Amino acid sequence: MSTEITTDVVVIGAGPCGLFAAFELGLLDLKCHFIDILDRPGGQCAELYPEKPIYDIPGFPIVTGQQLTDNLMAQIAPFAPEFHFNRMVNTIEKQEDGSFRLETDADEIFHTKVVVIAAGGGSFQPKRPPVDAIEQFENKSVFYAVRKMDDFRDQDVVIVGGGDSALDWTLNLQPIVRTLTLVHRRDAFKAAPASVNKMKELVGDGKINFQLGQIAKLDGENGQINHVHLTTDAGDLSIPATRLLPFFGLTMKLGPVADWGLELNDNTIKVDTEKFETSVPGIFAIGDINWYPGKLKLILSGFHEAALMAQAAKAIVSPGERVVFQYTTSSTKLQKKLGVA
Amino acid sequence: MMIHVTDQTGQEHALEGLEGWRVMEVIRDWGLDIKAECGGAMSCATCHVYVDPAWTDAVGAPSDEEEDMLDSVGDVKSNSRLSCQILCSDALDGLKLTLAASASKDA
Repeated sequence: MSTEITTDVVVIGAGPCGLFAAFELGLLDLKCHFIDILDRPGGQCAELYPEKPIYDIPGFPIVTGQQLTDNLMAQIAPFAPEFHFNRMVNTIEKQEDGSFRLETDADEIFHTKVVVIAAGGGSFQPKRPPVDAIEQFENKSVFYAVRKMDDFRDQDVVIVGGGDSALDWTLNLQPIVRTLTLVHRRDAFKAAPASVNKMKELVGDGKINFQLGQIAKLDGENGQINHVHLTTDAGDLSIPATRLLPFFGLTMKLGPVADWGLELNDNTIKVDTEKFETSVPGIFAIGDINWYPGKLKLILSGFHEAALMAQAAKAIVSPGERVVFQYTTSSTKLQKKLGVA
Repeated sequence: MMIHVTDQTGQEHALEGLEGWRVMEVIRDWGLDIKAECGGAMSCATCHVYVDPAWTDAVGAPSDEEEDMLDSVGDVKSNSRLSCQILCSDALDGLKLTLAASASKDA
């Protein structure tokens, strides 16, 4: 049975701009729910460069992606937004009363008056290896994650990659598979050293195969692979396989956003510069995913867009209510909301 | 300085580079098909290029961190580099490279 949630605003994407939007919306007493495909807040900042410094956030001469995320989470804590991680919004439907019905891939239904798309470069999705027609095998015999270990029991498994995911699943699946081949383009790994050592032990014991090379082609039919072809320094190689697990990390794709009937510009969503509203009234887009003349893809631009969007969102959620613009430095009302007065 | 870039369709482009800019930034600003997802933080490998063999010595070898990032694409060759890690300079005037399929916006 679906879970149904009713709220003022659904923010799609919990990156820096989405998080700051919850602050601006919170000051206006609007309740937020976040939906994000990742398993934690921070978006691109936390996923791509948690430890790398950012130098152009006002007031922070230097801040890492993770520190910025942590600070934003602390800043919005008084408003207690609710987070729904590891899911993707599949559909958005406008209702007769002007509100929206959103459905996620986790069988949740959200009823909301306002939708804010703050999805950065899109949703993070597994990188596909550059192999012709790999799509026909996906989710049948080629998987980018292990959801059920039993799907791999007694199978001939090929795992490609040299990071933690590849090594972790090599070690976890080895006891239950028929054969396991780990493929990596070089004999150096960026996974935890203990995992690498354990993998090498298993290779030494003949329990798994390790092959230097890159995946070139797949053979099979009806979604079922039967051979993985590799390019190696010693020439081409064919390995019998019934399951393939490529672990090449994540990349960003626009995803289902493209099907929501919004006016697009290339891979971004067109908005106005007064409210950052899309071509569908009530749906806003802020941060890297939006486009307007002069758009700069900077976090600080997204913060500005969030503030203006929030004012417009308030007018939709509470039509007719007079909103007095206040500063957090002087308004005791705002300070009470923030828990500091 | 000029850099000569062959895109994924085989079309050649002569691009004016600015001293100190990253080659990725030049390719992106000229509107070629490069994703450059992380903006130059060396966190994504979506600015992957093949350096013309005549220029590999001048460009130099990738760092260990860059090699780690190259693990995340499946079309690596011995002359693979991340273009965000190549700085434009007079010494690279005339540099020739080819955009990898994995650098494409649709990859």
